[in-house]
Amino acid sequence: MNMAALSLADETNAPEAAFALGRLAAICDISGALWLPDERTLLVADLHFEKGASRAARGFLIPPYDTRETLSRLAAAIARRDPARVIALGDSFHDRHGPARLADPALAMERAALSKLMRGRDWLWLTGNHDPDLPESLGGSVAGGAELAGVRLTHEPSLEAGFEIAGHLHPAAKVTGRGGRLRARCFARDANRCIMPAFGAFAGGLNLRDPAFAPYFPEGATAHVIGRTRVYALGWSRLTGD
Amino acid sequence: MSHDLTNLLPPHFHDWFAGRGWQPRVHQLELLALAQARRSALLVAPTGAGKTLAGFLPSMVALAERPPPKPRERRLHTLYISPLKALAVDVARNLEMPAQEMGLDLAIETRTGDTPAHKRARQMERPPQILLTTPEQLALMLAHREARALFEGLERVVLDELHALVTSKRGDLLSLDLARLFALAPDLTAVGLSATVREPDALARYLTPDDARPPRIVTVEGGARADIRMLEADRPLPQAGHTAASSMPAIYDLIRRHKTTLVFVNTRMQAEFVFQALWRLNEETLPIALHHGSLDVAQRRKVEAAMVASRLKAVVCTATLDLGIDWGDVDLVINVGAPKGASRILQRIGRANHRLDEPSRAFLVPANRFEILECRAALDAVEEAAQDTPDMHPGALDVLAQHVLGMACAEAFDADDLYAEIRGAAPYRGLDRETFDDVLRFVATGGYALTAYERFARIVQGKDGLWRVRDARTAQQYRMNVGTIVEATMVKVRLGRPGRAGQPGGRGGRVLGEVEEYFAETLSPGDTFLFAGEVLTFHGLTEDAAIVSRAAAGTDPKIPSYAGGKFPLSTYLAARVRGYFADPESWERLPAQLVELLDLQRLRSRLPGPDDLLVETFMRAGRSYLVAYPFEGRLAHQTLGMLLTRRLERARMKPLGFVANDYGLCVWGLRDIGLMEKTKPGFIDDLFAQDMLGDDLEEWLEESALMKRTFRYCAVIAGLIERRFPGQQKTTRQVTVSTDLVYDVLRKHDPRHILLRAARQDAATGLLDLKRLAMMLERIRGRIIHEPLTRVSPLGVSIMLEIGRESIYGEGADDLLAQAEEELMREAAGEGDV
Repeated sequence: MNMAALSLADETNAPEAAFALGRLAAICDISGALWLPDERTLLVADLHFEKGASRAARGFLIPPYDTRETLSRLAAAIARRDPARVIALGDSFHDRHGPARLADPALAMERAALSKLMRGRDWLWLTGNHDPDLPESLGGSVAGGAELAGVRLTHEPSLEAGFEIAGHLHPAAKVTGRGGRLRARCFARDANRCIMPAFGAFAGGLNLRDPAFAPYFPEGATAHVIGRTRVYALGWSRLTGD
Repeated sequence: MSHDLTNLLPPHFHDWFAGRGWQPRVHQLELLALAQARRSALLVAPTGAGKTLAGFLPSMVALAERPPPKPRERRLHTLYISPLKALAVDVARNLEMPAQEMGLDLAIETRTGDTPAHKRARQMERPPQILLTTPEQLALMLAHREARALFEGLERVVLDELHALVTSKRGDLLSLDLARLFALAPDLTAVGLSATVREPDALARYLTPDDARPPRIVTVEGGARADIRMLEADRPLPQAGHTAASSMPAIYDLIRRHKTTLVFVNTRMQAEFVFQALWRLNEETLPIALHHGSLDVAQRRKVEAAMVASRLKAVVCTATLDLGIDWGDVDLVINVGAPKGASRILQRIGRANHRLDEPSRAFLVPANRFEILECRAALDAVEEAAQDTPDMHPGALDVLAQHVLGMACAEAFDADDLYAEIRGAAPYRGLDRETFDDVLRFVATGGYALTAYERFARIVQGKDGLWRVRDARTAQQYRMNVGTIVEATMVKVRLGRPGRAGQPGGRGGRVLGEVEEYFAETLSPGDTFLFAGEVLTFHGLTEDAAIVSRAAAGTDPKIPSYAGGKFPLSTYLAARVRGYFADPESWERLPAQLVELLDLQRLRSRLPGPDDLLVETFMRAGRSYLVAYPFEGRLAHQTLGMLLTRRLERARMKPLGFVANDYGLCVWGLRDIGLMEKTKPGFIDDLFAQDMLGDDLEEWLEESALMKRTFRYCAVIAGLIERRFPGQQKTTRQVTVSTDLVYDVLRKHDPRHILLRAARQDAATGLLDLKRLAMMLERIRGRIIHEPLTRVSPLGVSIMLEIGRESIYGEGADDLLAQAEEELMREAAGEGDV
């Protein structure tokens, strides 16, 4: 653990939740968002708004409350950190009809909640594979990628050199102990890269031990696992595959 | 009377009976008379009474008297429904023989999941006269657009092993399908075939859409009394465990001395263990085979065929061979492990000597000392001919939702008419209109308080007021989802080799069968386990398979701790076991090693009265333990364990965990519970107070893994999410929606939703067994006997030995993470890096 990260550790920011990529200090928020205090920026990945409706259009009528729930979790994280800027790292909508669905009269409450969160903040939507085109009517700005304090922000992780924060893979950690087994969302990171957990209420998780992660973490990764009351830092050897 | 009835048989039927030296039995003729009077009937008879022939004789007589139709003009006359497809195939074979011998030209066919698609399509157009099938296939046929044409001339439906079907959701599905058949076919009569049950009247209600027209119940008494004994082990049995390892030589010896033996066990793992153990003893290389549900189908068919051809000396099997298939010359049944229910054991024993007039011969083999009690209770129950078949339950709402969609696929329906029809199904006779309308809304648009899905409706009401399925894709989704059996997700077991870093090398080779994904997930590379009769080494998981190789000869398998069988102890047997405790005079019927244990228990702790609950507390290695013995079955105990843990947490007793088996449970924690009771008398009474089923339960349900699993089953059956089929890629987890997430969101935003109601209804009798827990808490009020001890009691050892892998919940989850983190920190400190 380097000094940039340690200096952030106080009662609200336990050392287990803090790390740094180069000179960018980061704190894993219990919601699954990443708080960058020096930049007053909150990162969220894979919100997957309107996933429920997207499945419903295919004949599986799962509850339409996921957008509402995701927004309420996001509101809590924003209230906790009061960011000047929010960056969503892609797949903010589950499919390309998502933004239009949000315009449905039935979803007035969700629309109002999102506007309230965006008000007075810089808001950047990065595009993802689920939402390659985002309409301007959404508000905020749209981009394919961004850079912050020397760290590349992108939806899909890349194999390029340099520091990087990405989403897309939905990491989840599985831990076995004397008391039993547990599977929970996590931030996966090494000294150069962080892959964020999916934030959306209906977004599933992929085991960090899955081969899909291997190219990005050749030496293994530390998992910042989201518990009920705080975030826990676990080493690679403590994780098990599915 | 019987002479008059005999006149009902046409001459060539008489001749056929006479030619085989048989007499038609009275109940067979009675059923014939009832059929000719167009009355439905329930035949309750023990195994070997000729039930199947009794069920079909009326159809054969009726069809024999008509000129054989041309294939194009053939109508479906009789439908036969069996709980097992193997049974349907077996019965068809047994039916064709007499038909041929009597020179009857009958078109008899089966239809199961294995029937090729082209044959199934042809059966809809040109049906046989007698069709033998399963509840799921019937549901599919009834959802077909040609269902009305196919079934409107149906005259008879025969429901085999009805007692086995009705207590499950499959029974609900079958009852709804029957209601539709009665609506489509005005001339239909139904006949149910059942083993002896506790309440035949309740069972008979399945066979009529109208309680005012009850079917006639025909009962066949007795048969020869079964010759059942408990296998006395030479060595003392262990305190816990389910493998019966020490009894294997005796079992092998019995197999040797009989013609064909069926060895029943309760779980797949037990089957593997017993099979392996017998082969280790099998110096004579007797043909002993293995049969259970997760073996490769081809392998199972091979065993079944060898069995029918009498080529096997013994088969080790699970419930897959429970029901009435005629396996040839079985002359001995051995039941390894606890019988769990008296009626179940009678059924299994009935597999030996499929003839009414000879006694069935059977041995019960207890695997641990507690099971001796259970076996004794089962033997006493058999002697008194007591039955403990489970109660009927109200129809499940998820099954109803599936059925409503199926009916829309068949033809447009009017909601009032469908409601009236559904109330003809026995489990749904009490269904209120509001609940029906909620189910209808669920099928249409998901039934959410937030109406966002109108445009995605699966069924749509037209201007004529009738409901229709939206499109062909929806109908296809229905067909993919039909049925009420939600299998645990399975992964293939495939031969292969180890690769690097815990990943298997390559895709692997031959498939040996399937195991539950959750079991595969508990394995680490290098672990050994028993499967398909071999010791296998696990190398890792690929997308759809567990890669394994055969372990070196002599390797010991690492058998996972299995908390008892799949079936919870029946209430009836539990009461009997408590009765033995309270009555030392009954002990003379128990083996010496058990009496020893009970004596020791009396000395070290005490034995509870028949309605008491004994609660022991003691300290051990710095931890406080509470052991209670309610004897209400594992499911109810697990629920109780979780609720007690929650209460102890609130009382700041710092509980750490619990385990449960069929007989009792053990909770442990950091603070001394016995001391607490001493300083605050009544603490333990309060701990078990009935109000735990109120708020505590509510809170716990929110995060209970069992409740989430219950919800998942409901969501799958109701068609809310896709079924997962074997071979689907694991990475699709990111794309599909986990029902755990749906459950959490639904509880928060739509707590009255119909699927949550369905899951709650299931929890009452299913995985959580809340109903039984409630009855127990009522029973023990004011009857808790606390025994503070200095160490674990003799009985307590059996429960403590179950301590193993348990799912964790709530704050325990964070403890686990903290523990793991601590290990990491220690590791880091060792490197001098912090």
